[in-house]
Amino acid sequence: MIYREAGDFKTSYGADNQTFPIKFDRRGYYVVLALAALLLPFIVTDYWANALLVPFLIYAIAALGLNILTGYCGQVSLGTGGFMAVGAYSAYKLMTAFPWMDMITITILSGFITAAVGVLFGLPSLRIKGFYLAVATLAAQFFLVWMFNKVSWFYNYSASGQINAPERTLFGVIVTGPNTQAWAQYTFCLFFVVILAWVARNLTRGSLGRQWMAIRDMDIAAEIIGVNPLRAKLSAFAVSSFFVGVSGSLFFTIYLGAVEVGEAFGIQKSFLVLFMIIIGGLGSIFGSFAGAAFLVLLPVVLKVLGVDLLGWPTDIVAHLNLVIVGALIVFFLVVEPHGLAQLWRLTKEKLRLWPFPH
Amino acid sequence: MKKTLTTLAVTALLAGPAAADLVIPDLSYRTGPYAAGGIPFSDGYQDYFELLNQRDGGIGGEMVRVVECETGYNTEKGVECYESTKGEGALVYQPLSTGITYQLIPKAAADGIPLHTMGYGRTSARNGEVFNNVFNYPANYWDAASVAVNYLLDENGGDLSGKTIALVYHNSAYGKEPIRTLEALAEKHGFDLTQLAVDHPGQEQKSQWLQIRRERPDYVLMWGWGVMNQVAVQEAANVRFPMENFIGNWWAGAEHDVTPAGDAANGYKSLNMNTINPDAPVFDEIREHVVDAGLAAGDGSNVGNVLYTRGMYAAMLAAEAIRKAQEIHGTANITPAMMRDGMAALEMTEARMEELGYPNIGPVFSVSCQNHGGSGQGLVQQWNASEQRFEPLTGFIEPDREVIDPLIQEDSMAYAEENGITPGCADS
Repeated sequence: MIYREAGDFKTSYGADNQTFPIKFDRRGYYVVLALAALLLPFIVTDYWANALLVPFLIYAIAALGLNILTGYCGQVSLGTGGFMAVGAYSAYKLMTAFPWMDMITITILSGFITAAVGVLFGLPSLRIKGFYLAVATLAAQFFLVWMFNKVSWFYNYSASGQINAPERTLFGVIVTGPNTQAWAQYTFCLFFVVILAWVARNLTRGSLGRQWMAIRDMDIAAEIIGVNPLRAKLSAFAVSSFFVGVSGSLFFTIYLGAVEVGEAFGIQKSFLVLFMIIIGGLGSIFGSFAGAAFLVLLPVVLKVLGVDLLGWPTDIVAHLNLVIVGALIVFFLVVEPHGLAQLWRLTKEKLRLWPFPH
Repeated sequence: MKKTLTTLAVTALLAGPAAADLVIPDLSYRTGPYAAGGIPFSDGYQDYFELLNQRDGGIGGEMVRVVECETGYNTEKGVECYESTKGEGALVYQPLSTGITYQLIPKAAADGIPLHTMGYGRTSARNGEVFNNVFNYPANYWDAASVAVNYLLDENGGDLSGKTIALVYHNSAYGKEPIRTLEALAEKHGFDLTQLAVDHPGQEQKSQWLQIRRERPDYVLMWGWGVMNQVAVQEAANVRFPMENFIGNWWAGAEHDVTPAGDAANGYKSLNMNTINPDAPVFDEIREHVVDAGLAAGDGSNVGNVLYTRGMYAAMLAAEAIRKAQEIHGTANITPAMMRDGMAALEMTEARMEELGYPNIGPVFSVSCQNHGGSGQGLVQQWNASEQRFEPLTGFIEPDREVIDPLIQEDSMAYAEENGITPGCADS
C-alpha cells in the first residue's frame, strides 16, 4: 500500500545503486532533510536544542565513527571516550592558540588530529584482534584521559583543569559560548552530521568499505583475495577516529562549552556509544542514527513520562532508565544482533508486501 | 523516532507553564556513586521549603514550588535539568556539583538567573564584580584550605615548617580547586605539600594510601565526595594512619562517610561550614509539619544529620534572600533578577538565625555586590564513633585573607579577560 514499487524502474547502474533505491524512501529522506534544515531551525528552543537535538546529532556522529570501525571493519574499540577527548582538547588548544581561526576549520582539524592519534592506537590491531584489541583500546581510553588530566599544557594551566570554550562567531553568528542561539548550535551540528553521514555512506559502499567488510568477515580470506590488512585496518581506524574526533570537538565547543575530561570522556562514554551501535545496529548508517536517538531520547522521555506526568520520584525513574537500557542490550544481543536497523528493514519488507503478504 | 518525538511534544505541551509560584529547582542526585551525599542534602533542601509552605504559607504569602531534577552528578544531565527548569521561572540554582557549576556559570549569566554554589563551585566567584550572578557564601574551597592550615598552625604552636601535608583529592575540578591555595600556603608557612589524585568515582585508592604509609606525612587533607570518602577512611584505618591527623573538607565529613569503617574511624576530623545540632527547634518543626504529615522528600531518617542540616541551611539562605528581595522590590512575586539583588544584600545575624529556629547554624556574615563569598569561616569537627556523632572541636576559624584575596583577584580577572567581562556591579 504505502510502499508501492510498481512503475519504479531502474534503467541505469547508477539508478540501481543509489542509496535509496525505492522512490518512497528517497522522498522520505528528502522530506526529513528539508524539515531538519529548513523548518526545525526556526522553531527549535533552548530546551529542545540542548536536551535533545544537539546531543542526538553529536552522538550520531560518534556512533557513525564507531560503527565504521566496529560495525564495518570488525575491530572492537572501547576507546571512543578517549578519542572524543582528543577531539575536544584539540579544539580547545586550536581555539585558544589561533583566535582568528573559524569554527569549521577548527572542527575539521581536530578531526584530523584525532585521526592521527587513532591510527597510532590502531597499530596493535595488526597483531591482535577480538578481546585483546578491546583491551588495547581500553588502555588508550585510560591513557588519554590520564594524560589530559596530568599534563596541564592541555588545559592551559587553569586551576581547576576544566576547559572552557571561548565565544566564536561564524559568518557573524555566535556559535560557541553561552550567548549562542539554539538554532545556531543546531544548524552547525546538522551541517556536520549531513556531510559526515554522506561521506560515511559513500565510503562504506565503495572499495574501501568493501575491504573493511572483507576484513570483518574473515581477515585471512580477505588477505588471500588481495586486501591489504594494514591499509584496511589503519584506514578504518583513521576514518573512525576522524568522526569521533569531530563529535568530541562539537561536544565540547557547541554542546557543553566546558568539560572536565574524567567526567565527560570517561569509560562510560565509550560504553554509551558502543551501546548506541549495538542497539541501533552494527554495520548500518541508519542504525547509528537510530541508536543515538534512542539512547539520547530514552532518559528524557522517561523523565517526562515518569516525573512530570506521573509524579514518580526522580531516583526511581533514573534507576528505571538503567534497567531498561540493560534489558534492551541483552534483548538485542540475543534476539536481534543487527539492532533497530534490522527491525526497520524487516518492517519495510513487510510493508512492501502489505496488505497482500502472499 | 518520529512517534516518540510527537509524544514528547504532546507531553511537553501538557506539562506547560504553571501558576505564579516561587520556583526553586533542586538539581539533586539520588543515584550513582555520589548519591550518599546527594540524598540527605536534597532532603534537607526540599523539606525546609515544604516547612515554609506548610507552616507559614510560603514566603511573603507566595508559595514555593520545588522542582526536583535528577542529575546523577553528571554534567550532561545537569544541563538538561537546567534547560528544562529555567523556563518555569527558576529563581536560583543549587547544583551541588562543581562540574555542573562550571557548566552553568556562563549559561546562568547569559540568562540572568543567580547560582548559589554554597561552599563549592568556582572559588573566584567570590568576586561579585566579575561574577554578577554567582554566589558562593558562606565559604569556598580556598577558605576551607586556609581554615584547615590555620587549624593545624594552631595545633602546632603557630609553626608548620618542615612538616609534610598530603592532599588526597578527587581528580576533577572539585578536587583540584584547593591546590593553588595550598601551594601558596606551603610557601608561606614552609610545609611540604604532597598531592595524591584519586580518579572518579574513588573506589580505587590502594596505591595512594600505600604511598601515605611509605612516606608517613604528618597530616592528610582530603577533598573527597561520595563513595571516595568512605573508601579513604577505611584505607586510612587499614594503613593505621592516625585518624586525628586526617582532616577532610566539608564535603568529606558526614555520618555515612565514617560509619562503614566502624570504630576504626574514631577521631576522624573534618571541616564544616555549619554547626550540627540535631536538637535544634527547626528540626522539631520539620518533623511535625513535614515528616509526620507525610510530605518529606525522603523517608525522614536523615533529619538532623550533617548533610541534611547543610541542605536545610542552603534552603534557609535561599529563603532569606527571597525575603530580602521581596523587601527591596516591594513585591511578593519576584523575578530571578530581583532574587539576585536579594542575594547580594543578604545578611545573616545571630538574632535572625535564632528566629529561624537554629541558633548559630552558620557564621555571621553579610553579602555585598563586591563580596559574594560571605565570611569564609569554617570549623573543625571530630567523629566520635561510640556516640555516633560529629562533635565540634573549634568555633568558626577565620581563613587567611592575605593569601586568598590576591589569588581570587588574579583568577577572577583572568576569567573576566577571557570572557570579555568588564568588572562592575550589576544594576538592578
